Amino acid sequence: MTGLVIDKLSMRFDLPGGGAVQALQNVSLDLKQGELLSVLGPSGCGKTTLLNIVAGFLAQTEGEVRLNGKPVHGPDAQRGMVFQQGALFEWMSVRENVSFGPDMKGTPKAESRKTVDHLLDVVGLRDFKDKMVYELSGGMQQRVALARCLANDPDVILMDEPLGALDALTREKMQSLVLKLWKETGKTIILITHSVEEALLLGERLVVMAPRPGRIHKEYRLPFADLGVGADLREVKKHPDYAPTREEILNMIWNMEEEIMGRSEESV
Amino acid sequence: MVQIFQDLGSELAQLFLSVLGAFPFILGYLALILLSMVIWRFIRARMDRVRDYRSLKTVTFGDESAVVSDKAASVISIVLIFVIWGAFTGSGWLPGPLHAPGPFVGQDKFTYTIEGPDGTQADATVFVSVYRQGEEPAPLEFDAGTGPVKNDSVEVQAYRSKLISWDANDDVTRKDGAKVVAVDGRAIDANTDVDVGFGRVALTDKGTLNFEPGQGWQMESIWLPAPDSVWRRLVSVSADGYQNVTLAEHLSYSLFRVIVGFALGALVGIPLGYAMGLSNWFRGWFDPIVEFMRPVPPLALIPLVIIWAGIGEQGKIILLFLAALWIMAIGARSGVSGVKITKVHAAYSLGASKWQILRHVIIPNSLPEIFTAARVAMGVCWGTVVAAELVAAEKGVGKMIVAASKFQDTDIVLMGIILIGIIGFGIDMLMRWAERILVPWKGKG
Repeated sequence: MTGLVIDKLSMRFDLPGGGAVQALQNVSLDLKQGELLSVLGPSGCGKTTLLNIVAGFLAQTEGEVRLNGKPVHGPDAQRGMVFQQGALFEWMSVRENVSFGPDMKGTPKAESRKTVDHLLDVVGLRDFKDKMVYELSGGMQQRVALARCLANDPDVILMDEPLGALDALTREKMQSLVLKLWKETGKTIILITHSVEEALLLGERLVVMAPRPGRIHKEYRLPFADLGVGADLREVKKHPDYAPTREEILNMIWNMEEEIMGRSEESV
Repeated sequence: MVQIFQDLGSELAQLFLSVLGAFPFILGYLALILLSMVIWRFIRARMDRVRDYRSLKTVTFGDESAVVSDKAASVISIVLIFVIWGAFTGSGWLPGPLHAPGPFVGQDKFTYTIEGPDGTQADATVFVSVYRQGEEPAPLEFDAGTGPVKNDSVEVQAYRSKLISWDANDDVTRKDGAKVVAVDGRAIDANTDVDVGFGRVALTDKGTLNFEPGQGWQMESIWLPAPDSVWRRLVSVSADGYQNVTLAEHLSYSLFRVIVGFALGALVGIPLGYAMGLSNWFRGWFDPIVEFMRPVPPLALIPLVIIWAGIGEQGKIILLFLAALWIMAIGARSGVSGVKITKVHAAYSLGASKWQILRHVIIPNSLPEIFTAARVAMGVCWGTVVAAELVAAEKGVGKMIVAASKFQDTDIVLMGIILIGIIGFGIDMLMRWAERILVPWKGKG
C-alpha cells in the first residue's frame, strides 16, 4: 500500500490564559504516490499546522497520518521539507548542503557525489557547487533547498511556501522547475502557498481550507499542472477554465477573510 | 541620611568646579581638532580628488554609510597626543620652540628690605641658583656684601621651594624684632607674596622668606614623564628588568593567567551554555545562578579569592575562570537559542539524529555568538588580571606598575599602562582575525 493517508486528523491545544484552539478538525486526505497537492487558505486556517503534523514536527490529538501503511511519529528522512527561506546551512558550501542527507545516513562521499552533482545540474547550479550558500541569490538558495531535499530521495516532499520570498520573475522560473522535478522524480508533493495562481498552476489537486476550526472547505482536480510540465506557464493561464477557477477560489477566500474580520469585530 | 546627601552634594559641586577649570583646555583641544580639519581640507582640496560613488552623495549628514573614519584625522590625532605630551614635559624628541615654557633654571637674585626694631630700613640681596633634578647646582657667585644686613644665597631644585633664614648671618635678627617688609621694593606680608620674575617669594608666619622658583607650564616628570623617558625606561626595563624581574616575565605571567583562566572558563562555560540552551531543566537550574553571578564584577571577587586561595597563581586563575565563565555560558546559550527552527526541522527531515543536529547544526550556528562572547571575555579577563595583580601578586604587569608607583617611578607606571593597552588591543585584533577565518558565515544566516 503506497501513498500518504491523512485520516480524520484533529489538533487541539490549550491556551495559557484558558480556553483552547481547534487548529484542525477532521481533516482527511488520500494522496497516491506521485500526486501533487496544493493547499490554499486564509491565514490561520491551519495549513502550516497540517504540514508540520505530516512532517512529524507536531503531534495530532486525534486521527492518524500513514505513509505507505505505517503511522508517522516524529520527523524522518521519508518526508523531506522545503521551507520559505533560511533553512540552508550557511556554514556549508552548496555541495555540502545538498549532500547533507546522504552524509547523515553515512553514505560514502564517493557514492553520493554523483547524485549531488546530477541534482545540482538539474536545478541549474552547475557553476555554483563550491560557493557558500550566502553568496547565492534568494532564487538560487531555493534551488539548493530543492536539490538538498531530492538528494535524500524522500517519498513525500512537503513545501511550506517555498517561493514566497522570491520576486515575481524568479518565482515563475521556479514554478516551472518544481513542475519539472515533480514529473521527473515522481514524488508525492504537498505545497502550501498564499498565491492562488501558484496553487492553480502547481496543483494537480487543490484543497481550499477554512479557518476556525481549520478544515477542508473544497477540493479541486485541475489540469493545469500536467499542461504546465515543460510548457510556458503563461500559455497555461490562457486555458478557458483557468480564469473562472481563479475567480471562484479568490471569492471563496475573500469571503472567508471577510467573515473572520466580521467575527473579530463582533468580539471586540 | 541627610548628611550623606550634603556630602555628596558638596562633592558634586567640587567636581563641577574642576570641570569648569578644565573648560579652557577642552575648548583649546576642540579648536585644535577643528583647525587641523580646516587645514587638512585645504590641503586635500588641492590634491587629486577621489571620484567614487560616495563622493557624489549630497546628503552625508545623517547618512551612516557616508561616515567613514578619516585616516588622516586618526594620524593627526595620535601625532598631536605625542606633541602635546612632549610639549608639556619638555621632551627631547620635540624641537625647543614647540615646548611649553619650562621651569626656571639658572641663577638670579632678588632684594629684600628689612625693618629693624627702631624703624630703620636696610636692603640685602638673595642670590638664587635653581638646578634641575639629578643635576649639581652650578657654583654661585656670592658676595656677602658690606651693609648692615648681609646678602644671602639659596640653592633650590626646580619645582621645589626653600626657606631662606635671611637673618642667620646678620647682626640684627628676628628675635630682636627685625622683619622683612618688602621684596624687590614691593611690600610683603604673611598674606601677600611677591612675584620676582623667576619665582615667587612668600613670607612665613615665623617671618622667614620662602622662595619657590617659577614652574612654567611643563609637568614635573614625577607627574608626567616625557615620552622619550618612557621609551628609555621601556628599553632599559626590557633589557635589565625592574626589581629583579624582567619585563618579559611580567608580561608572560599576566598573559599566562589570562589564557589559562579564559580557556578553563570557556571549557566549562560553553557546555554549560549549551545545556542551558537545550534543556528546560538545566535552563531552570542555572538561570538564577548565572543571572546573579553575571552582574557581579569579577573585581569584587578579588578579596574573597585571596582569602580562599591566597595570592598565588591558583587564586588568579580561579578569578579569571569566573570572569570568563558566565560570559561564555551566556554567549553559548544565546547561540543555541538563536538557531532558526527551520534549520533544525530541515536537518531532522533530512534524517539527522540528535547528536548529528548538535554537531552539524547547533554548534556551527552558535559559533559566531561564541566568538563574540570570547572577545568580550578576553577583554574582561585582561582587565581583571591587571586589577588582581594591582591588589596582590609577585609578578605580572599590574604588579610592576603598582611597585613602580610606590617608588614614584611614574615613567614605569606609564610604560606599563601603555603596554597593557597595546596588549589588550592586540588580543582583540587577534580574536577578530580568528573570527574572520573561522566563522566567515557570521551575520550571513
